[in-house]
Amino acid sequence: MQHTIDSEVDCIDENCPMPLVKTREAIMHAKKGDIIRVKGTHPQSFEEIPMALDAMGLEILDKERGEDVWNITFVVS
Amino acid sequence: MENKKATIILHSGGFDKIMSAFIVGSGFLSMGIPVTIFFTFWGLNALKKGGMKKAPLSRMNMLGLGKAMILRRMKRHRVASLEVLANSYKRLGGKVIACTMTMELMGIEEKDLREDLVDEYGTVGRYCYESKDATITLFI
Repeated sequence: MQHTIDSEVDCIDENCPMPLVKTREAIMHAKKGDIIRVKGTHPQSFEEIPMALDAMGLEILDKERGEDVWNITFVVS
Repeated sequence: MENKKATIILHSGGFDKIMSAFIVGSGFLSMGIPVTIFFTFWGLNALKKGGMKKAPLSRMNMLGLGKAMILRRMKRHRVASLEVLANSYKRLGGKVIACTMTMELMGIEEKDLREDLVDEYGTVGRYCYESKDATITLFI
């Protein structure tokens, strides 16, 4: 599904805890309704960023794992 | 997240322990949970100007050889430096309290500590007041 991305967070090659940190920073700077896409390579963060989003009650629109890079798209509410 | 709050006492001054405090703190902040870290005893060294650079590993430091190896491996595995971790914690809104009783004991003055990191000065009362409604507390 295609979404209009308001901001993209690049966490490629970043290790714990930076993907979580960068995702949270993007949320802090976003407006309500913004769509954020996080891309990264750290395997655990693909599971743990959704946990953080769940803790904050944010809805995931799309989650896909490519060969090297994964993407998580969510909306800030 | 409403009604959630974490407080951490950092009592140790080891490089690895300081790292853990900032990483775990940033983890909670990343989930929208407010965090306060109380730096006391050896942990206070982390707030001193140049203190994080000087901090030895809590185990296997081997006169700095062990730490040099960890720093190399952190680079290789792209683990953020302690300085980056501390700054991230602050950028996410993490709070830092420096223990003034320890400062007196160890002859440390406010000017010796990094003002970019310290939010408040206080003793156990301030820590306990912060913690009384915390749902998570850790001692490192």
